[in-house]
Amino acid sequence: MASEPAIQLSGVTKRYPGVVANRDVELTVQSGEVHAIVGENGAGKSTLVKIIYGMIRPDEGTVRIRGRETHFKTPKDAIDSGIGMVHQHFMLADNLTVLENIILGSEPRKGMEIDFRSASDRIREIGEKYGLNLDPSVKVEKLSVGERQRVEILKVLYRGARILILDEPTAVLVPQEVDDLFASIRDLKTEGETVIFISHKLDEVLAIADSITVMRMGQTVATTTPSQVDSRQLAELMIGSELPTPETRESTVQDQVVLDVSGLSLVTETGRQVLRDISFQIRRGEIVGIAGVEGNGQGPLVDSLIGLEQVATGRMILNGDDDLVDDEARDRRMKGMGLIPEDRHRQGLLLSSPLWENAALGHQYGAPFAKGPWIDKRGARRQTEAIIARFGVKTPGPDILATALSGGNQQKLVVGREIMADPAVLIAAQPTRGIDIGAQAAVWEELKTARANGMAILLISADLDELIGLSDTIYVLFEGEFVARLDPNEVTPEVLGSYMTGARSGAAS
Amino acid sequence: MRRSKLLTSVLAPLIAIFISFAIASIVLLVVDIDPLTAYQAMWTFGTSTESLVSMVNRAIPLFVSALAVAVGFKMGLFNIGVEGAYLLAALVAAYFGALFVLPSVLHVFAILLIGMAVGAIWNGLAGWLKVKRGVHEVISTIMLNFIGFSLSAYLFLEHFQQEREGLIVATSAIPASGWIPSLNPVLAWFGVEPRAGTELHGFLIIAIVLGVIYHYLVNRSRFGFDLRASGINPSAAHASGVNPKRMVVATMVISGAMAGLVGMSTLLGFTHRYVQDFPSGFGFTGIAVALLGRNHPVGIAFGALLFGFLERSSIILDLENVPREIVTIFFGVVVLAVVIVYEVVARYATRRAVAAAARATAELEEAPAA
Repeated sequence: MASEPAIQLSGVTKRYPGVVANRDVELTVQSGEVHAIVGENGAGKSTLVKIIYGMIRPDEGTVRIRGRETHFKTPKDAIDSGIGMVHQHFMLADNLTVLENIILGSEPRKGMEIDFRSASDRIREIGEKYGLNLDPSVKVEKLSVGERQRVEILKVLYRGARILILDEPTAVLVPQEVDDLFASIRDLKTEGETVIFISHKLDEVLAIADSITVMRMGQTVATTTPSQVDSRQLAELMIGSELPTPETRESTVQDQVVLDVSGLSLVTETGRQVLRDISFQIRRGEIVGIAGVEGNGQGPLVDSLIGLEQVATGRMILNGDDDLVDDEARDRRMKGMGLIPEDRHRQGLLLSSPLWENAALGHQYGAPFAKGPWIDKRGARRQTEAIIARFGVKTPGPDILATALSGGNQQKLVVGREIMADPAVLIAAQPTRGIDIGAQAAVWEELKTARANGMAILLISADLDELIGLSDTIYVLFEGEFVARLDPNEVTPEVLGSYMTGARSGAAS
Repeated sequence: MRRSKLLTSVLAPLIAIFISFAIASIVLLVVDIDPLTAYQAMWTFGTSTESLVSMVNRAIPLFVSALAVAVGFKMGLFNIGVEGAYLLAALVAAYFGALFVLPSVLHVFAILLIGMAVGAIWNGLAGWLKVKRGVHEVISTIMLNFIGFSLSAYLFLEHFQQEREGLIVATSAIPASGWIPSLNPVLAWFGVEPRAGTELHGFLIIAIVLGVIYHYLVNRSRFGFDLRASGINPSAAHASGVNPKRMVVATMVISGAMAGLVGMSTLLGFTHRYVQDFPSGFGFTGIAVALLGRNHPVGIAFGALLFGFLERSSIILDLENVPREIVTIFFGVVVLAVVIVYEVVARYATRRAVAAAARATAELEEAPAA
């Protein structure tokens, strides 16, 4: 069994214009082990995994599966060779059952009909073997995030995978669900399956992996085992230097309330109540953090605050006397609400436009981007150059198309344009998502500086360390309601996690 | 940057036209006609003074129509309703324009305003339906075209027609104060004197002004910024404070107002009244011209002139025993070729721009920190 490695990559290179891809990647995954691939966002983990899974073809180098050189053209080739992948974002149909989701695309047939019975039996069999117990007849929409992930893993096993790739499997899970996932991974290993575990969370990697390959800037820089390194050393291997922290030390919170939200509720057009009686205040120089598992109302909260959703009830008082609830997004922008959107590509950028137009987006109503009814191109370019200089956006100039920048540089531009506009209230939704540690540290620094200068900031983040480190107050959002108000100085990620899943509730501080 | 822009804006249409000629030649060869003879006949006939004037006259309504379509395209709205809007606008403007007399320039502007108002209401309806009821503008504008045709026919035949001179059915003539004079005197300054009966429409001036207004509105104004942002990324535009519903209505109203002017060169420069066989089809051809010109006023002008030239010069083909339909094929092929070639060239140019930015960024990364 141990003679041939399950996967062996040598000299694999993939070039792309504009992004760090893979350069001379060496990777050996032994059969039956849990092999972690760690690295910062943008270090080339995704490219590497896509090469193994047949989604991308390498420019150079060889890929061997169980000793045989392979040239996958599509993921189907990889699946046929017994490789399965669980994507970070689940690909499940909510209105189908677990069973239907699992067999979708490879339905067992009996004559003209789908043989649900044998499929159901096999799923139970696989579930018992690997400790992935799920009722096949339940609809996926009823399942929690952790259970959905189990469906994805079952799906891959059902298709005969012996090598499983888990891409950032813990990114969407709360700490308790992570424990369940790890139990399943250990069961898989016991049954002799090979697991490739992609992550940038080092404690998890050290807890579950048999061996670890570290990637940095598209290269594999080290292969080690949990017994040889601690998390600090691993982090230094990953970034090649000291680890930055999000922590803010002294409080800069002042008395003056900048934004006073009370009784904010939102019912969607379909009649679902997505926000219920949300009340909070942000003072000058304060960062208020919102914790919550994704999909518990963060999106509607941001949309309601910035004016993209019409709020049914509630008040939103800016600077003591101005109720913004009936204002349009544009008026709120002009009155001093800034937004770093959660998804910069969807809500923050015009990818096919030059940087100076992107810098103007959201601020196209006045100086320095406009004069009267006209866009002031010179003023806009000057402001863009100022953003580029202050926020270290790496670009040849303000006329480059936004799509040409790396994700981290795009994010710096978005963060820069919002902070430079000096809003009264800045809503920062996932401000460091998908950017590398260097850019992350820069964004943290800028948020801290803005806070010190008196900006009121609402921080919504899935990164609990970031949330605890930066916030002055944390609210937990669960099913559209604030279930707890916590003091970041006293709370741990575990406690926060238990509130986020609804296991605990009530104000504690 | 500059070079890649030049590449897409000049090279791409040239390649597309070359491809179109190649395909048209193959079609001609298949039906046993020497393409060179046909092209030569078209060129000789098409470049006479009278033909060139006719080419420009034909290009004017196409240019205006394409601008109307392009405004919609810029924010991702596909206005197919220019056709119905301009026919209705021309009829209503012709009827009301004949009812009063004003000093000459004022009279012309009054008629233009009526046309713009009718077009704006007609296409604005489609915008309103999209915002209020979620009806896709392609569906609603197609339907509004049918309604517009029927409504025009009804209004014309039952209420607006005034005269019967033999077989001609028409509204009463607009008084001379509402006419736009021809530009032949201007041509004369340059020593160009076309034969009698050939007149360069004075509406050309208004069309050029429209092109300039379009450019400033779309590319220089705050409104245009919101418009383009909504076209490129509606979610991002919304988050930046653009009200998407108001934008849809405003764009359809502007597009419709421009559409209302499409028939005006014919009406005020040539027929001076709405006739039963008032020229139709400009609204649909305008879509092709907008595609050809990539929503840029200069590109649209060239596209409109090309279509005008082909239309005019194809007249000679009958005399050469060449089926005129070859020009229709050419129209279709040139639009398809332009769309495809632009896409290919634009991707190539974007790739190069991205690569150049990546190189520049890499140099910045390697440079020691200050």
